Amino acid sequence: MKLIYEKSQAGRRASSIPRPEGLPEPEVPEALRRAEPPRLPEVPEFELIRHFTELSTRTFGVDTGFYPLGSCTMKYNPRINERLVTLPGFANLHPHQEEEGAQGALELEWRLQQILREVTGLDAVSLQPAAGSQGELTGLMLVRAYFEDKGESEQRRKVVIPDTAHGTNPASVTMAGYELTHVQTDPRGNVDVEDLRGKVDENTAALMLTNPSTLGLFDENIEEIERIFHGAGALMYYDGANLNAVCGISRPGDMGFDIVHINLHKTFSQPHGGGGPGGGPIAVRGMLEPFLPVPAVIRRDDGGFGLDFDRPKTIGKVRGFTGPFGVFVRSYAYMRMYGPQLREMSEAAVLNANYVLARLKDAYDLTFDRLCMHEFVLSARSLKRDHGSTALDVAKRLMDYGFHPPTIYFPLIVPEALMIEPTETETKETLDAFCDAMLAIAREAAESPELLKEAPHHRPVRRLDEVRAAKNPVVKYGFAEHPQPETARS
Amino acid sequence: MTHPYLALTDADKAEMLRTIGVSSVEELFRDIPAGMRLGRELDLEPALSEQELSAHLGELAARNVDTTRELSFLGGGIYDHYVPAVVDAVLQRGEFLTAYTPYQPEMSQGVLQSIFEYQTAICELTGMDVSNASGYDGETVTADACYIAKHATGRTTVVVTEATNPQVRQVVKTYAPGFGLDVVEVPHHGGTTDPDELRQAAEGAAAVIFQQPNFFGCLEPAPDLAAAAGGAEALSIAHVDPLSLGVLEAPGRYGCAIALGEGQAAGNFPSYGGPHYGFLAARQEFIRRMPGRIVGETVDTAGERGYVLTLQTREQHIRREKATSNITTNQTLLALGGLVYLTWLGPQGLRDVGETCLALAAHAKQRLQERAGVELVFPEQATFKEFAIRVGRNARDVIRDARELGVHPGYALGRDYAGMDDVLLVAVTEKRTPAEIDRLADVLAEVGR
Repeated sequence: MKLIYEKSQAGRRASSIPRPEGLPEPEVPEALRRAEPPRLPEVPEFELIRHFTELSTRTFGVDTGFYPLGSCTMKYNPRINERLVTLPGFANLHPHQEEEGAQGALELEWRLQQILREVTGLDAVSLQPAAGSQGELTGLMLVRAYFEDKGESEQRRKVVIPDTAHGTNPASVTMAGYELTHVQTDPRGNVDVEDLRGKVDENTAALMLTNPSTLGLFDENIEEIERIFHGAGALMYYDGANLNAVCGISRPGDMGFDIVHINLHKTFSQPHGGGGPGGGPIAVRGMLEPFLPVPAVIRRDDGGFGLDFDRPKTIGKVRGFTGPFGVFVRSYAYMRMYGPQLREMSEAAVLNANYVLARLKDAYDLTFDRLCMHEFVLSARSLKRDHGSTALDVAKRLMDYGFHPPTIYFPLIVPEALMIEPTETETKETLDAFCDAMLAIAREAAESPELLKEAPHHRPVRRLDEVRAAKNPVVKYGFAEHPQPETARS
Repeated sequence: MTHPYLALTDADKAEMLRTIGVSSVEELFRDIPAGMRLGRELDLEPALSEQELSAHLGELAARNVDTTRELSFLGGGIYDHYVPAVVDAVLQRGEFLTAYTPYQPEMSQGVLQSIFEYQTAICELTGMDVSNASGYDGETVTADACYIAKHATGRTTVVVTEATNPQVRQVVKTYAPGFGLDVVEVPHHGGTTDPDELRQAAEGAAAVIFQQPNFFGCLEPAPDLAAAAGGAEALSIAHVDPLSLGVLEAPGRYGCAIALGEGQAAGNFPSYGGPHYGFLAARQEFIRRMPGRIVGETVDTAGERGYVLTLQTREQHIRREKATSNITTNQTLLALGGLVYLTWLGPQGLRDVGETCLALAAHAKQRLQERAGVELVFPEQATFKEFAIRVGRNARDVIRDARELGVHPGYALGRDYAGMDDVLLVAVTEKRTPAEIDRLADVLAEVGR
């Protein structure tokens, strides 16, 4: 389909801008005046709407169908939240409004903080980080501030990360100026405690752990891990990417973690928006509260709500204002619809995952044969060895059956990984249809592997040449000089 | 009764547990040590029905005084520009709303093409060669740019003008220690930055960051500031207002290495500070140091044009600790709002909105001086849509008193700058009218001085 720029005709426009009469002529000093206008699209309003509507039909969302993208918690996003976020009192509220003119917003943020304290089992919350990876970075900044305050920052330079971690963890460690220590996974899919013991000492600042892990397994050694880190005077950071498994069942604070980030766009249903926005609040133990970003959202003695900038030990600011407020509206609304029943949400997520696992584990390889939590990781290595069909082929063939593929080739320690997270917002009928498709694909791999190799068959495009895209990057429209594909299908 | 967001019946659960081979849901959690289980109900208020929820949040929203209930001249980084209905219509499409990062391009051509179109629009606006798919906000993309500059130059200082948005400076300072960077600030003189002073400070620095228009609303001698950075072989980073770029020159045309900024003014509601999008664009030579997602064009096995995430070897899921950034979730939906808005405007609309802001702000300066007797703080300086005035007494008191009369007159610059306790920063967008400006003048005449 054409780009919006290819539909543009000089002289067309969708907008009309008011220009009151009797105003002075708009003036810009000659040296600063724009010489050439930007080549933005020139289209009428109806062409704009048709263009973006067509693009939307070429996009698959949770609203379109089952989206078991492991580690991303692609659950249904309730529509009431989209209505609430557009209330004028929220959408049109200026962030520099005086506190007295923003009491409803501040109360909502304060209430959300209280809920997150209870769900994580920790003492204080900052809503400011914009996403999970920024929550990680903020958490590591808190670790540094904490040890600086104790006079141990020169000594404690290392952060321990298991080999199953999301890529954001090591990237955050580097950005925070720390050194990385890798720890292995044991044969049951837990952190290898023997490997760990030799690597944690007085130079260790923190552990970053996802629990349940990216394998979808609750770490059976978590009590021992807690003893090792706290015994060495180090802090424990919980990557909350997988919190959807344990709400109301087991809290990171009760597991011994000192800092937690929560992905509001995963567990608490902020829609993923094609890649964002997200929200990455962090919850901490009391001893870390003085270091949290400013401003803090507080309840004042008079019962009103306010912003506290007077935090002498704060790390500073990681984002503008108090954070992505619209995300807070949606997640707060979502959590109020559940209340204590959040436990049922997690139970259903875990039940769904185990059911799909039970139906699929004979047809695909399973590296760690245990009950899973909210997700699990299968492997297509036997399909590859026996029939030449890879995890990528399975993923592409799933599209022909109308499903979004799972996450593939992650975590890195499982070859030909298929990481499947059904979430709680699916009927058993949908889960069965997905399992039937996965089983059919395993049979097809043996009987007619070309069906997998040539998939997908019914999407707007066939498999795309990613190597070509990276080798010779074309990252914007080139107007008259734009390259034309050498061949066309029709 | 199942919860409205859940689906499994008792019969479903029984059959699923049988298939799994366990006797209860409880048993699925057997790997969790007993001492780490909550063992009680979460101490949260009971679940609400949708109707009760709607009433509760309606009540909270009603206790906010938003820009539809109060005549507002607040700016300072977030602006009350008009958001057209087409933005809402596109962003409410469930496919865009509920998709995730397009890891599987055949399922995601729509969102990938829209990001490619967004990257094109940002490059056109800024005069740059390459844009990423968005960052969190105008603050964090500035910190991202410092990381690019550090690795591109190997130097360990960044220079930022004092006239740059205080929150941007604060976020840069918060990130800097982890990056191994020191931050040096260069003062303003009469509302703008002196290029010679900046040139001296830039010596040996990785980057120079300035804002155009700056936080006081004044137009910096931006080409001279970029040249000052270039003279010291530091990267020049321009933090720009996207809505100014129909009337103000594009940073790429005066030699900047990186152009970035807060996208909110172009297509997002103020929303008490977010979510919005930060845009970040650079010259071609920095393409492999860019943070975050980038979409590229390619072909499929049949030779048909298509779009994919590209240059992923920069990114955390491939490069891990050697990545150019830790970012994964960005602000795609808000950036899509930006693309729809810029498409709605077109080049002429962008120029029109810039000219209306310029003309209304110039009119407001005159009227406030004539009718309210206020003084311009920087009378010599050209401005775009914001300007600073002295109100003769503490600006925070003036704001309080003016709000009693239904007008929010602006931002108190004394919050961030010494010696400016009696200064208000007044923002005039195209949504304001001459009558509203007269109303501000009358209110300031009453509560100022």
